[in-house]
Amino acid sequence: MNGPFDFTLSLADDALIAAQRLAEWTTRAPEMEEDIALANIALDQLGAARLLLSYAGELEGAGRDEDALAYLRDDREFRNVLLVELPNDDFAVTMAKLFFLAAYQLPLYTALAGCADERLAAIGAKARKESAYHLDHGALWVKRLGDGTEESHRRMQAAVDQVWPYTHELFVADPAAPVDPATLRPAFDEVVGPVLAEATLTQPGGAWAPAGGRAGVHTEHLAYLLAEMQVLHRAHPGAKW
Amino acid sequence: MSARSASPTIANATGRASARQAAASVVDPEIRVITIDELGILRAVDEDPASGRVTVTITPTYTGCPAMDVIRADIRRALAAAGHPDAEVRTVYSPPWSTDWISEGGRAKLAAAGIAPPAPVGTAGVVSLTLAVRCPQCGSPETEQVSRFGSTACKALWRCRSCSEPFDHLKAL
Repeated sequence: MNGPFDFTLSLADDALIAAQRLAEWTTRAPEMEEDIALANIALDQLGAARLLLSYAGELEGAGRDEDALAYLRDDREFRNVLLVELPNDDFAVTMAKLFFLAAYQLPLYTALAGCADERLAAIGAKARKESAYHLDHGALWVKRLGDGTEESHRRMQAAVDQVWPYTHELFVADPAAPVDPATLRPAFDEVVGPVLAEATLTQPGGAWAPAGGRAGVHTEHLAYLLAEMQVLHRAHPGAKW
Repeated sequence: MSARSASPTIANATGRASARQAAASVVDPEIRVITIDELGILRAVDEDPASGRVTVTITPTYTGCPAMDVIRADIRRALAAAGHPDAEVRTVYSPPWSTDWISEGGRAKLAAAGIAPPAPVGTAGVVSLTLAVRCPQCGSPETEQVSRFGSTACKALWRCRSCSEPFDHLKAL
Protein backbone atom coordinates (compact mmCIF):
# COMPACT_ATOMS: atom_id res chain seq x y z
CA MET A 1 0.00 0.00 0.00
CA ASN A 2 1.20 3.49 -0.64
CA GLY A 3 0.00 7.05 -0.75
CA PRO A 4 -2.87 8.88 0.90
CA PHE A 5 -5.42 7.63 -1.67
CA ASP A 6 -4.79 3.95 -0.97
CA PHE A 7 -4.71 4.55 2.77
CA THR A 8 -7.97 6.51 2.78
CA LEU A 9 -9.64 3.99 0.47
CA SER A 10 -8.63 1.08 2.69
CA LEU A 11 -10.20 2.71 5.78
CA ALA A 12 -13.29 3.64 3.77
CA ASP A 13 -13.70 0.07 2.55
CA ASP A 14 -13.32 -1.33 6.07
CA ALA A 15 -16.15 0.91 7.26
CA LEU A 16 -18.34 0.34 4.19
CA ILE A 17 -18.14 -3.44 4.22
CA ALA A 18 -18.57 -3.57 8.01
CA ALA A 19 -21.70 -1.42 7.61
CA GLN A 20 -23.14 -3.68 4.91
CA ARG A 21 -22.51 -6.82 6.96
CA LEU A 22 -23.97 -5.36 10.14
CA ALA A 23 -27.04 -4.16 8.27
CA GLU A 24 -27.82 -7.79 7.46
CA TRP A 25 -28.92 -8.16 11.09
CA THR A 26 -31.68 -5.60 10.65
CA THR A 27 -35.00 -7.31 11.49
CA ARG A 28 -33.06 -10.47 12.40
CA ALA A 29 -31.29 -9.63 15.67
CA PRO A 30 -32.07 -11.73 18.75
CA GLU A 31 -33.92 -8.88 20.45
CA MET A 32 -35.43 -5.54 19.48
CA GLU A 33 -32.86 -3.41 21.33
CA GLU A 34 -30.01 -5.28 19.66
CA ASP A 35 -31.63 -4.88 16.27
CA ILE A 36 -31.65 -1.13 16.78
CA ALA A 37 -28.12 -1.11 18.18
CA LEU A 38 -26.62 -2.99 15.24
CA ALA A 39 -28.46 -0.80 12.74
CA ASN A 40 -27.14 2.27 14.58
CA ILE A 41 -23.58 1.00 14.49
CA ALA A 42 -23.96 0.13 10.81
CA LEU A 43 -25.16 3.68 10.20
CA ASP A 44 -22.11 5.11 11.99
CA GLN A 45 -19.82 2.95 9.85
CA LEU A 46 -21.65 4.02 6.72
CA GLY A 47 -21.31 7.66 7.73
CA ALA A 48 -17.55 7.32 8.18
CA ALA A 49 -17.33 5.34 4.92
CA ARG A 50 -19.07 8.09 2.97
CA LEU A 51 -16.71 10.78 4.28
CA LEU A 52 -13.66 8.65 3.59
CA LEU A 53 -14.83 7.57 0.13
CA SER A 54 -15.58 11.16 -0.87
CA TYR A 55 -12.15 12.23 0.27
CA ALA A 56 -10.48 9.27 -1.46
CA GLY A 57 -12.23 10.29 -4.66
CA GLU A 58 -10.85 13.82 -4.34
CA LEU A 59 -7.34 12.53 -3.64
CA GLU A 60 -7.48 10.32 -6.69
CA GLY A 61 -8.61 13.24 -8.85
CA ALA A 62 -10.18 11.01 -11.48
CA GLY A 63 -13.71 12.26 -11.00
CA ARG A 64 -14.97 9.34 -8.95
CA ASP A 65 -17.38 10.29 -6.17
CA GLU A 66 -18.49 8.21 -3.19
CA ASP A 67 -21.13 6.39 -5.24
CA ALA A 68 -18.72 5.52 -8.05
CA LEU A 69 -16.26 4.11 -5.53
CA ALA A 70 -18.87 2.19 -3.55
CA TYR A 71 -20.99 0.83 -6.38
CA LEU A 72 -18.81 0.60 -9.46
CA ARG A 73 -15.76 -1.29 -8.26
CA ASP A 74 -15.37 -5.07 -8.36
CA ASP A 75 -14.14 -7.17 -5.48
CA ARG A 76 -10.50 -7.10 -6.58
CA GLU A 77 -10.56 -3.29 -6.34
CA PHE A 78 -11.75 -3.26 -2.73
CA ARG A 79 -9.08 -2.72 -0.07
CA ASN A 80 -10.89 -3.75 3.11
CA VAL A 81 -9.43 -6.28 5.52
CA LEU A 82 -10.85 -9.80 5.39
CA LEU A 83 -12.21 -9.44 8.93
CA VAL A 84 -15.09 -7.19 7.90
CA GLU A 85 -16.24 -9.32 4.96
CA LEU A 86 -16.50 -12.58 6.92
CA PRO A 87 -20.11 -13.80 7.17
CA ASN A 88 -22.04 -12.84 10.30
CA ASP A 89 -22.52 -16.47 11.18
CA ASP A 90 -23.39 -17.05 14.85
CA PHE A 91 -24.35 -13.93 16.84
CA ALA A 92 -21.19 -14.51 18.92
CA VAL A 93 -19.11 -14.33 15.73
CA THR A 94 -20.69 -11.00 14.84
CA MET A 95 -19.89 -9.71 18.34
CA ALA A 96 -16.30 -10.92 18.12
CA LYS A 97 -15.90 -9.12 14.78
CA LEU A 98 -17.57 -5.98 16.12
CA PHE A 99 -15.41 -5.95 19.24
CA PHE A 100 -12.10 -6.52 17.45
CA LEU A 101 -12.88 -3.98 14.73
CA ALA A 102 -13.85 -1.31 17.28
CA ALA A 103 -10.74 -2.05 19.36
CA TYR A 104 -8.75 -1.23 16.19
CA GLN A 105 -10.84 1.67 14.88
CA LEU A 106 -10.89 3.61 18.16
CA PRO A 107 -7.08 4.03 18.41
CA LEU A 108 -6.93 4.41 14.60
CA TYR A 109 -9.38 7.31 14.52
CA THR A 110 -7.80 8.81 17.63
CA ALA A 111 -4.39 8.78 15.92
CA LEU A 112 -5.95 10.09 12.73
CA ALA A 113 -7.42 13.03 14.66
CA GLY A 114 -3.88 14.17 15.36
CA CYS A 115 -2.38 13.54 11.93
CA ALA A 116 -1.12 16.24 9.57
CA ASP A 117 -3.85 15.73 6.95
CA GLU A 118 -6.64 18.11 7.97
CA ARG A 119 -9.45 16.21 6.28
CA LEU A 120 -8.44 12.87 7.78
CA ALA A 121 -7.98 14.56 11.15
CA ALA A 122 -11.54 15.94 11.04
CA ILE A 123 -12.97 12.54 10.09
CA GLY A 124 -10.94 10.85 12.83
CA ALA A 125 -12.05 13.32 15.49
CA LYS A 126 -15.66 12.74 14.54
CA ALA A 127 -15.56 8.96 14.13
CA ARG A 128 -13.62 8.17 17.28
CA LYS A 129 -16.49 9.36 19.47
CA GLU A 130 -18.77 6.87 17.73
CA SER A 131 -16.17 4.11 17.90
CA ALA A 132 -16.07 4.46 21.69
CA TYR A 133 -19.72 3.41 21.77
CA HIS A 134 -19.12 0.51 19.37
CA LEU A 135 -16.26 -0.76 21.48
CA ASP A 136 -18.32 -0.56 24.63
CA HIS A 137 -21.21 -2.40 23.01
CA GLY A 138 -19.01 -5.17 21.62
CA ALA A 139 -17.14 -5.57 24.91
CA LEU A 140 -20.41 -5.85 26.85
CA TRP A 141 -21.59 -8.72 24.67
CA VAL A 142 -18.24 -10.51 24.70
CA LYS A 143 -18.33 -10.39 28.51
CA ARG A 144 -21.99 -11.27 28.79
CA LEU A 145 -21.69 -14.28 26.52
CA GLY A 146 -18.22 -15.38 27.62
CA ASP A 147 -19.08 -15.21 31.31
CA GLY A 148 -22.65 -16.39 30.80
CA THR A 149 -23.97 -19.92 30.47
CA GLU A 150 -21.94 -22.94 29.52
CA GLU A 151 -23.39 -22.81 26.02
CA SER A 152 -22.87 -19.06 25.52
CA HIS A 153 -19.29 -19.42 26.78
CA ARG A 154 -18.62 -22.25 24.37
CA ARG A 155 -19.96 -20.29 21.42
CA MET A 156 -18.20 -17.04 22.35
CA GLN A 157 -14.87 -18.87 22.70
CA ALA A 158 -15.45 -20.58 19.36
CA ALA A 159 -16.20 -17.19 17.80
CA VAL A 160 -13.06 -15.60 19.22
CA ASP A 161 -10.98 -18.56 18.00
CA GLN A 162 -12.54 -18.33 14.55
CA VAL A 163 -12.13 -14.57 14.10
CA TRP A 164 -8.84 -13.94 15.91
CA PRO A 165 -6.47 -14.91 13.05
CA TYR A 166 -8.08 -12.21 10.90
CA THR A 167 -7.21 -9.44 13.39
CA HIS A 168 -3.52 -9.55 12.46
CA GLU A 169 -4.18 -8.06 9.03
CA LEU A 170 -5.38 -4.86 10.73
CA PHE A 171 -1.86 -4.15 11.93
CA VAL A 172 0.28 -4.89 8.89
CA ALA A 173 2.96 -2.19 8.89
CA ASP A 174 2.72 0.69 6.43
CA PRO A 175 5.32 3.23 7.57
CA ALA A 176 4.47 5.63 4.74
CA ALA A 177 0.80 5.93 5.73
CA PRO A 178 -0.52 8.95 7.68
CA VAL A 179 -1.00 6.50 10.57
CA ASP A 180 1.10 3.33 10.50
CA PRO A 181 -1.32 0.53 11.48
CA ALA A 182 1.52 -1.33 13.23
CA THR A 183 1.63 1.41 15.86
CA LEU A 184 -1.98 0.67 16.87
CA ARG A 185 -1.34 -2.87 18.05
CA PRO A 186 -0.41 -2.01 21.67
CA ALA A 187 -3.64 -0.04 22.18
CA PHE A 188 -5.62 -2.93 20.70
CA ASP A 189 -3.95 -5.49 22.95
CA GLU A 190 -4.47 -3.27 25.98
CA VAL A 191 -8.23 -3.24 25.42
CA VAL A 192 -8.75 -6.77 24.16
CA GLY A 193 -6.70 -8.66 26.76
CA PRO A 194 -8.59 -7.51 29.88
CA VAL A 195 -12.02 -7.88 28.23
CA LEU A 196 -11.29 -11.47 27.17
CA ALA A 197 -9.94 -12.20 30.66
CA GLU A 198 -13.03 -10.77 32.33
CA ALA A 199 -15.16 -12.77 29.94
CA THR A 200 -13.29 -15.92 31.09
CA LEU A 201 -12.18 -16.43 27.49
CA THR A 202 -8.80 -17.60 26.30
CA GLN A 203 -6.92 -15.31 23.94
CA PRO A 204 -5.91 -17.48 20.97
CA GLY A 205 -2.29 -17.94 20.02
CA GLY A 206 -1.08 -19.32 16.75
CA ALA A 207 0.71 -17.73 13.87
CA TRP A 208 -1.91 -18.15 11.16
CA ALA A 209 -2.63 -14.66 9.87
CA PRO A 210 -4.75 -14.71 6.74
CA ALA A 211 -4.40 -11.48 4.76
CA GLY A 212 -4.67 -10.09 1.27
CA GLY A 213 -7.63 -7.74 1.59
CA ARG A 214 -5.45 -4.64 1.44
CA ALA A 215 -4.11 -5.89 -1.90
CA GLY A 216 -7.55 -6.74 -3.24
CA VAL A 217 -7.28 -10.48 -2.71
CA HIS A 218 -10.43 -11.39 -0.83
CA THR A 219 -12.34 -14.37 0.48
CA GLU A 220 -15.14 -15.81 -1.62
CA HIS A 221 -17.63 -13.96 0.61
CA LEU A 222 -16.95 -10.42 -0.60
CA ALA A 223 -18.25 -10.80 -4.14
CA TYR A 224 -21.64 -11.99 -2.86
CA LEU A 225 -21.84 -9.08 -0.47
CA LEU A 226 -21.00 -6.63 -3.26
CA ALA A 227 -23.54 -8.20 -5.60
CA GLU A 228 -26.29 -7.42 -3.12
CA MET A 229 -24.93 -3.98 -2.21
CA GLN A 230 -24.38 -2.86 -5.79
CA VAL A 231 -27.24 -4.44 -7.71
CA LEU A 232 -29.61 -1.48 -7.56
CA HIS A 233 -27.06 1.09 -8.59
CA ARG A 234 -25.77 -1.06 -11.42
CA ALA A 235 -29.25 -1.85 -12.69
CA HIS A 236 -30.31 1.80 -12.47
CA PRO A 237 -27.17 3.93 -12.79
CA GLY A 238 -27.52 7.24 -10.99
CA ALA A 239 -30.71 6.20 -9.22
CA LYS A 240 -31.57 8.47 -6.30
CA TRP A 241 -33.98 8.07 -3.40
CA MET B 1 -28.55 34.00 18.85
CA SER B 2 -28.86 37.45 20.42
CA ALA B 3 -31.99 38.27 22.36
CA ARG B 4 -33.27 40.73 19.79
CA SER B 5 -33.64 38.03 17.14
CA ALA B 6 -36.51 36.64 19.19
CA SER B 7 -38.88 38.81 17.21
CA PRO B 8 -40.03 37.13 13.98
CA THR B 9 -40.49 40.46 12.20
CA ILE B 10 -36.92 41.74 12.30
CA ALA B 11 -35.86 42.73 8.81
CA ASN B 12 -32.68 44.16 7.40
CA ALA B 13 -32.36 47.26 5.27
CA THR B 14 -33.64 45.52 2.16
CA GLY B 15 -36.75 44.37 3.91
CA ARG B 16 -35.79 40.73 4.04
CA ALA B 17 -36.08 38.80 7.25
CA SER B 18 -32.81 38.00 8.93
CA ALA B 19 -31.06 35.04 7.31
CA ARG B 20 -29.61 34.05 10.62
CA GLN B 21 -33.02 34.02 12.23
CA ALA B 22 -34.56 32.04 9.40
CA ALA B 23 -31.88 29.36 9.55
CA ALA B 24 -31.98 29.25 13.34
CA SER B 25 -35.71 28.61 13.36
CA VAL B 26 -35.43 25.31 11.46
CA VAL B 27 -36.40 22.44 13.73
CA ASP B 28 -34.56 19.14 13.88
CA PRO B 29 -36.62 16.71 11.77
CA GLU B 30 -36.10 13.83 14.20
CA ILE B 31 -36.48 15.75 17.47
CA ARG B 32 -39.08 18.27 16.47
CA VAL B 33 -39.16 20.20 19.75
CA ILE B 34 -35.70 21.69 19.29
CA THR B 35 -34.19 23.93 16.61
CA ILE B 36 -30.93 23.23 14.82
CA ASP B 37 -29.55 26.32 16.54
CA GLU B 38 -30.43 25.01 20.00
CA LEU B 39 -29.01 21.62 19.06
CA GLY B 40 -25.70 23.26 18.20
CA ILE B 41 -25.46 21.95 14.64
CA LEU B 42 -25.95 25.38 13.07
CA ARG B 43 -22.40 26.69 12.94
CA ALA B 44 -22.59 29.91 10.92
CA VAL B 45 -24.80 32.02 8.67
CA ASP B 46 -22.90 34.33 6.35
CA GLU B 47 -24.28 36.81 3.88
CA ASP B 48 -22.08 37.95 1.03
CA PRO B 49 -22.15 41.76 1.21
CA ALA B 50 -21.89 42.16 -2.55
CA SER B 51 -24.24 39.52 -3.90
CA GLY B 52 -26.38 39.08 -0.81
CA ARG B 53 -26.04 35.33 -1.20
CA VAL B 54 -26.39 33.43 2.06
CA THR B 55 -24.16 30.55 3.07
CA VAL B 56 -25.28 28.40 5.99
CA THR B 57 -22.76 26.12 7.68
CA ILE B 58 -23.95 23.07 9.59
CA THR B 59 -22.31 20.03 11.16
CA PRO B 60 -23.86 16.58 11.71
CA THR B 61 -24.45 15.09 15.14
CA TYR B 62 -23.33 11.66 13.94
CA THR B 63 -21.45 10.95 10.70
CA GLY B 64 -24.26 8.78 9.42
CA CYS B 65 -27.11 11.00 10.57
CA PRO B 66 -29.84 10.32 7.97
CA ALA B 67 -31.61 13.59 8.77
CA MET B 68 -28.95 15.76 7.14
CA ASP B 69 -30.58 15.88 3.70
CA VAL B 70 -33.89 16.91 5.22
CA ILE B 71 -32.17 19.54 7.37
CA ARG B 72 -30.42 20.98 4.30
CA ALA B 73 -33.71 21.11 2.40
CA ASP B 74 -35.52 22.69 5.37
CA ILE B 75 -32.83 25.37 5.69
CA ARG B 76 -33.06 26.23 2.00
CA ARG B 77 -36.84 26.37 2.24
CA ALA B 78 -36.77 28.59 5.35
CA LEU B 79 -34.28 30.96 3.73
CA ALA B 80 -36.25 31.11 0.50
CA ALA B 81 -39.31 32.07 2.51
CA ALA B 82 -37.23 34.80 4.17
CA GLY B 83 -36.16 36.25 0.84
CA HIS B 84 -32.95 34.32 0.19
CA PRO B 85 -33.84 31.96 -2.65
CA ASP B 86 -30.32 30.82 -3.58
CA ALA B 87 -28.85 29.98 -0.18
CA GLU B 88 -26.00 27.51 -0.06
CA VAL B 89 -25.74 24.96 2.75
CA ARG B 90 -22.25 23.76 3.62
CA THR B 91 -21.49 20.81 5.86
CA VAL B 92 -18.36 20.79 8.02
CA TYR B 93 -17.02 18.02 10.25
CA SER B 94 -14.43 19.87 12.27
CA PRO B 95 -14.59 20.60 15.12
CA PRO B 96 -16.80 17.58 15.77
CA TRP B 97 -20.23 18.21 17.27
CA SER B 98 -20.55 17.69 20.99
CA THR B 99 -23.67 17.45 23.12
CA ASP B 100 -22.06 20.26 25.15
CA TRP B 101 -23.14 22.55 22.30
CA ILE B 102 -26.82 22.04 23.07
CA SER B 103 -28.09 25.29 24.58
CA GLU B 104 -29.67 25.54 28.03
CA GLY B 105 -32.97 26.35 26.38
CA GLY B 106 -32.57 23.30 24.15
CA ARG B 107 -31.91 21.06 27.14
CA ALA B 108 -35.04 22.31 28.85
CA LYS B 109 -37.09 21.63 25.71
CA LEU B 110 -35.69 18.11 25.43
CA ALA B 111 -36.55 17.37 29.06
CA ALA B 112 -40.05 18.80 28.61
CA ALA B 113 -40.54 16.49 25.63
CA GLY B 114 -39.57 13.45 27.69
CA ILE B 115 -36.02 13.15 26.35
CA ALA B 116 -33.40 13.13 29.09
CA PRO B 117 -30.73 15.67 28.11
CA PRO B 118 -27.08 14.60 28.07
CA ALA B 119 -24.67 15.19 30.92
CA PRO B 120 -21.73 17.52 30.19
CA VAL B 121 -18.90 15.81 28.34
CA GLY B 122 -16.24 18.32 29.32
CA THR B 123 -12.99 18.70 27.53
CA ALA B 124 -11.87 15.07 27.51
CA GLY B 125 -14.29 14.21 24.74
CA VAL B 126 -14.44 10.62 25.90
CA VAL B 127 -17.73 9.26 27.04
CA SER B 128 -18.28 8.51 30.70
CA LEU B 129 -20.77 5.72 30.93
CA THR B 130 -21.60 5.68 34.62
CA LEU B 131 -23.42 9.00 34.98
CA ALA B 132 -26.87 8.87 36.55
CA VAL B 133 -29.63 9.86 34.15
CA ARG B 134 -32.75 11.42 35.66
CA CYS B 135 -36.14 10.24 34.46
CA PRO B 136 -37.68 13.08 32.45
CA GLN B 137 -41.16 11.97 33.56
CA CYS B 138 -40.82 11.81 37.36
CA GLY B 139 -37.29 13.12 38.00
CA SER B 140 -36.11 9.97 39.73
CA PRO B 141 -32.40 9.14 39.43
CA GLU B 142 -33.32 5.44 39.74
CA THR B 143 -33.01 4.67 36.06
CA GLU B 144 -31.37 2.00 33.97
CA GLN B 145 -30.19 1.73 30.40
CA VAL B 146 -32.16 -0.68 28.26
CA SER B 147 -30.05 -0.18 25.16
CA ARG B 148 -27.07 2.00 24.32
CA PHE B 149 -28.71 2.68 20.97
CA GLY B 150 -32.18 4.13 20.53
CA SER B 151 -34.71 5.43 18.06
CA THR B 152 -32.18 7.73 16.37
CA ALA B 153 -28.39 7.71 16.13
CA CYS B 154 -28.06 10.30 18.90
CA LYS B 155 -30.30 8.63 21.48
CA ALA B 156 -30.17 5.71 23.90
CA LEU B 157 -33.14 3.85 25.37
CA TRP B 158 -33.61 4.05 29.15
CA ARG B 159 -36.19 2.98 31.69
CA CYS B 160 -37.18 4.49 35.03
CA ARG B 161 -37.23 2.07 37.94
CA SER B 162 -39.43 4.42 39.97
CA CYS B 163 -42.26 5.11 37.53
CA SER B 164 -41.50 2.24 35.11
CA GLU B 165 -41.72 4.54 32.09
CA PRO B 166 -39.29 4.02 29.22
CA PHE B 167 -37.66 7.18 27.86
CA ASP B 168 -35.10 8.42 25.34
CA HIS B 169 -31.78 9.79 26.52
CA LEU B 170 -29.64 11.97 24.28
CA LYS B 171 -26.22 10.33 24.54
CA ALA B 172 -23.35 12.48 25.72
CA LEU B 173 -20.93 12.78 22.81
